[in-house]
Amino acid sequence: MEQIEFNYAAKRKVHKRAHVGVVGSGDLEVVLEPAEGDVASVFIRTSVHGFRDTWKAVLDRFFTNYDGAVRIQINDAGATPGSVQLRLEQAAEVSER
Amino acid sequence: MSNKGYNANFINRQSFIELDARERATALFDAGTSRELLGPFDRVESPWLPMQGVTPQADDGCVVMKGKITGQAAVVVALEGAFQGGSMGEVSGEKMTAALDLACADNEKGIPTSAVILLETGGVRLQEANLGLAAIAELMASILVLRKHAPVICLTAGTVGCFGGMSLAAGLASYVVMTREARLGMNGPEVIEQENGVEEFDSSDRALIWAIHGGEQRYATGLADALVDDDTPQVADAIRRFVSKGVPPVHRSSQVALYRNRIEELDTSRQWDPKEFRALWATNGSNEEKR
Amino acid sequence: MSEYTGVRGTVWFRAFTGQASPMLGDPKSVLTADAPLGNDRARFLCVVPDPHARFPCARHGEVGLEEAFTLATRVREVIEHDKNTIKRPIIAIVDVKSQAYGRREETAAIFLAAAAAADAYGSTRLAGHPVITLVVGHALSGAFLTHGYQANRILAFDDGGVMIHAMHKEAAARVTRRSVDELEKLAKEIAPMSYDIRDYAKLGLLYKLLHVENPAKPSRQEIQNVQGELVAAIADARTSPVDLRNRLESTAAREMRKASILVRTKLEAQWLET
Repeated sequence: MEQIEFNYAAKRKVHKRAHVGVVGSGDLEVVLEPAEGDVASVFIRTSVHGFRDTWKAVLDRFFTNYDGAVRIQINDAGATPGSVQLRLEQAAEVSER
Repeated sequence: MSNKGYNANFINRQSFIELDARERATALFDAGTSRELLGPFDRVESPWLPMQGVTPQADDGCVVMKGKITGQAAVVVALEGAFQGGSMGEVSGEKMTAALDLACADNEKGIPTSAVILLETGGVRLQEANLGLAAIAELMASILVLRKHAPVICLTAGTVGCFGGMSLAAGLASYVVMTREARLGMNGPEVIEQENGVEEFDSSDRALIWAIHGGEQRYATGLADALVDDDTPQVADAIRRFVSKGVPPVHRSSQVALYRNRIEELDTSRQWDPKEFRALWATNGSNEEKR
Repeated sequence: MSEYTGVRGTVWFRAFTGQASPMLGDPKSVLTADAPLGNDRARFLCVVPDPHARFPCARHGEVGLEEAFTLATRVREVIEHDKNTIKRPIIAIVDVKSQAYGRREETAAIFLAAAAAADAYGSTRLAGHPVITLVVGHALSGAFLTHGYQANRILAFDDGGVMIHAMHKEAAARVTRRSVDELEKLAKEIAPMSYDIRDYAKLGLLYKLLHVENPAKPSRQEIQNVQGELVAAIADARTSPVDLRNRLESTAAREMRKASILVRTKLEAQWLET
């Protein structure tokens, strides 16, 4: 299992946690929780090794439109970049409700 | 309301099968009364999966919720079929067993509390083998105690169905609710074909699979208590009815003489046509629910 | 890991009861007898191969429909007989190949048959009878859930021919898409996956691991020793709660089932919050 970590700048507080997805074929689990400070940190656990650059690309894209201070845990078993994007957006949306 | 698939109601139906475990569990409670226990934010995960490179899920594929069903206290435990085939690991197994034990303790304190277990599972999680198997044995022991006080309702809707050791948990339940898409059996078709050949069970024959393991067959042979459409309100309604019904006078698994005699009467020299089998084992009354 | 031979059950059943027969009207695959054990008259049960069994998929030591319902009948009888007297011990001698894998079995709901046997064993335990399981050979999956796993106390021999597991190695390797070698390597690091009974013992589910030189040919002395261990297990069961909490409270469990214990503790705390 590969563990990957990324950090992004954050500008605002987030008040609600969110959980979406399932660690199943083609899907992934995203656990999003408010964090202190001005950093958004992302922790990925994936059973598919060697795709760090792909993860970075998807996350870079997500964080161009997202500036919440959060801790995001991603549990993945081989989802596509499209699914990752979708679940991240869903998690963000749930936490803004 | 019709129970045929293709009419105006079909378009309006809300698929229960398309819901994940958490959504299914929530749907069974009286609105606004449920809360999740040991959810994903508590991070109680499998200690064994990361050791072998398998990504764990934050709730270990088991959702425990407490709340009210038809005004009565209830606990719902749902296995997530999409995570490791809904298989029983150390943590998911213990969540289910401990939840039933807590329900039992409440019953003993004078708070009638039913349990609904949503079984989409292939049985033991092989990555945790003996702890998964032990968990099933312990779950079965807890069902035996709880079901004396309050109904333990098993709901299997598909697509995974209920197989392996967990089919014994279904066998111990006070009531079994199934959809047509669901399947219930100890051994799946692939395993039987593997062990005893394609003549014994052609695992590519989908019609045969549902004719033997499917919800309609199980209901028609008195092994399930209700057959529901894949429609969330219908499913929730069936669960409410069984919660209200309470503990049955005799549990199916305790009707030993009845079933032993039925087995003795079977002509084992040939395979049976599943439809023919329905005539032999037409429903036996007490737990039956007609739609 | 040795293959299932189907002889050990009969050997030990005969050693304890002096006979190896089914009760009147029962299929030959289920041996049942009442015999002295310590100061009790215990009921012994064992599932053995019957090459002439009615069900073709249950002829080599599998626990099938007839076996499960016969066990359920013979175990339940004891509750009825002993309603107003001392609760006799039930001793399950276990060496079973597997559950029966057949179309007839699935059609006729073997899942319910298995549940009925487990219900009988569990209900007898809950009624106050000490239920003791002695694993003398193989105890696999559905077969063990049916015959043996509802006991108050489980004992086993520390022998290469004794195996408790969820699935045979070859099938488990196939299902998890690994080679048998890979599976064996993993099993060495991950105790719950191991096929070695000594690793099973670390999980805290076993009451005791017993040593016998050759479980297929025990000596008089060894038989007496094992009887003594069964008597001790019975006494221990009689002075303990009738549920299975000992499996989680044992010393070994506190080491190997920390996650289970954590689940139970946290769930109880959250349950009580309003």
